[in-house]
Amino acid sequence: MQRNYDVQSSACGLIATGLAKQYGERLVVNNVSIAAQPGEIVGLLGPNGAGKTTTVSMICGLVKPDQGSITIAGIDAQQHSNAAKHCIGLVPQDIALYETLSAIHNLELFGALYGMTGTALKDRAHAALELVGLADRAKDAPATFSGGMKRRLNIAAALVHDPDVLILDEPTVGIDPQSRNAIFDNLEALKARGKAIIYTTHYMEEAERLCDRIVIMDHGKVIASDTLAGLYTRLPASQTLDIEIDGDLDLAALKQVAGVRDATFENTHLKIALNDLSRDAATVLVWLGTHGLKVNRVSSGRANLESLFLTLTGRQLRD
Amino acid sequence: MNALIALIRKDLILFVSNKRALIITLVAPILIAAFFGTLFAPGSDKLSKVTVAVIDLDQSPLSQKVVATMTADPALAVSTPSKTEAIALVRKGKLRATIVLPKAFGANAGKAFLGSAGGTDKPQVEIHYDPSQSMVLGLVRGILAQHVMEAVSQSVFSADNPAMGEFRADVAQSTIMPPEVKRNLGNMFDSIAKVQTQSSGSTANAPNFSMPFMISTSEVTSGIDKKYNSYAQSFAGMSVQFILFMGVDFGIGLLLARRMGLWKRLRAAPVSRRLLLGSSILSCTLIATLVMCAIYAAALAFFGVRIEGSIVGFIGVVWAFGFLTATFGLLIAAIGKTPEATRGLAILATLLMVMLGGAWVPSFVFPEWLQTISLGVPTRWAIDGLAAMTWRGLGTEAAVAPIGVMLAFSAVFAVIAIWRFDWEE
Repeated sequence: MQRNYDVQSSACGLIATGLAKQYGERLVVNNVSIAAQPGEIVGLLGPNGAGKTTTVSMICGLVKPDQGSITIAGIDAQQHSNAAKHCIGLVPQDIALYETLSAIHNLELFGALYGMTGTALKDRAHAALELVGLADRAKDAPATFSGGMKRRLNIAAALVHDPDVLILDEPTVGIDPQSRNAIFDNLEALKARGKAIIYTTHYMEEAERLCDRIVIMDHGKVIASDTLAGLYTRLPASQTLDIEIDGDLDLAALKQVAGVRDATFENTHLKIALNDLSRDAATVLVWLGTHGLKVNRVSSGRANLESLFLTLTGRQLRD
Repeated sequence: MNALIALIRKDLILFVSNKRALIITLVAPILIAAFFGTLFAPGSDKLSKVTVAVIDLDQSPLSQKVVATMTADPALAVSTPSKTEAIALVRKGKLRATIVLPKAFGANAGKAFLGSAGGTDKPQVEIHYDPSQSMVLGLVRGILAQHVMEAVSQSVFSADNPAMGEFRADVAQSTIMPPEVKRNLGNMFDSIAKVQTQSSGSTANAPNFSMPFMISTSEVTSGIDKKYNSYAQSFAGMSVQFILFMGVDFGIGLLLARRMGLWKRLRAAPVSRRLLLGSSILSCTLIATLVMCAIYAAALAFFGVRIEGSIVGFIGVVWAFGFLTATFGLLIAAIGKTPEATRGLAILATLLMVMLGGAWVPSFVFPEWLQTISLGVPTRWAIDGLAAMTWRGLGTEAAVAPIGVMLAFSAVFAVIAIWRFDWEE
């Protein structure tokens, strides 16, 4: 594929800077920046209505941004829209396939839209099917597929033209854990091949498992953007101890114990945020014993993105 | 070009792979056209006589003769039940009409014929008819008038009829009639008496009024030796109707594709919106044209329909209608919000178009005002164009106006559709 456009940064898969979009009086996306390097998966998280889909639509050239710039594989997407589109593969949230057209015909159609022809097109279509594990179902129509297989074919359709940047808009909605794991394996394989991947989701556990960096959006704005480890440092406590106790607890005295960052007590349930779980857990348990409190159950936990979103916005992610 | 071909190929594969829809699109118009064609076939009226009852309350020789001649009329199937029973049969739809000849019909009809009875004494013949078959009323009145006039005139001019003598006496006694008129009438009565004497005084040999002409009919078709084929008209109507339904499905399909996110995926590719919509129009035009050709192939092979006119004109009309179908489908997709809400409205619009276009019954049977309105409906031009190129046997020049009008409608539909098309639901 020929790419003689104003290449700005060949090292970067995607750079979107200062994107803004307004519909009437409503500012749907406000100064959003997002980037993904080759071989990197960036999670785009946020509740419904956060502006994720509009951001993705602007990156894919479906919606024209009011402000901002988008560079895809070094090509200015607003100056050279079609060239930039050649470098992007979009996996829509819906299963955007022709249900009665065979899997291979679906892929050949979408490949042809990117200018591919002949043997190259057929080879790429088969390779994409191979990648998602559907090579043996090439001649079958998606109408006969399970939900998970359709989702995998939905991804394959975005890969036929071998894009540098892959954008997935909630690609695992409504499928079983086995299919979800298969998709994760596919994405990790693509990452290993050097694809820059933007992964939109509101499943925190998916982002935690897959993403190297995470961008959290709310009300059209980016409220946090960092690596997973970096985001956890923003939490008041990243490690917790949950304890069931019998007896009267002096909560104020407990909060003064070394290593305890915070503590809450409700009925018999004590939740303690610690600076370092391995070092401070024993100290706390000894303190409880010396104060005549009987410990019935102990469990430890780690803060997750759900709690991070709660900390950042004061709301649950799925509100 | 590669993308355009791939998109058209995709639509063709999708159309062919849906076997059920394909069969319905092809078989349904052929079956229904065959039915309508049989219904309106020339000569089929010989099989379905007009069923009437004639009630003779007079039972005079004259009234009996009227009943006898009506019974012998090939256009009528006459029965003679009681008056009450006959009217009940009309109400049930078993008879088209009931004719009641009143008492003293024979006596008064003759006087009324010669003008001596005056308006009030004219015998009143009742016709009770089925209002759903009102077109039959004119036919029954005409046939009745013919047979009554023939019977009454023969009766009046017979020697044994006293009406003539009574009328002659009335003229002689008149005090207001000018003498010259009286003299002329007297001469006429003498001449009639002479004719009556020559006919041996019998009613059977008496002169009478009869239809003063014979009718010979000929079908004006594509040629002197060419018979009108009613299937040509019905195939035109039904193919137009069902291909338009296919256009509706095409429009709904676009809405469904939008809902499924397919338009999002297509638009993410480096192809223009113009190409996406253009490919849809082209593929639908191609499919509609192929379907029309397949339907007409059946009409040619099994129903004796022939393209008696210009083949080039026929292809032009078929292609223009295919293009019209595609832009109509696109218009539906552009105006419709959701597939569910759009389907019912689109089918209603299609039915109105095919009804006004003359797909069910030829537009020439419409009232004049409706015929004028129907010129504003593109289906009228499609059906007229197909009729012109098939059974009417007209040349290419007769296809120009239908093609032009359909292309003009297509252009308007396309402009509105492209202007209004929402890429997102």
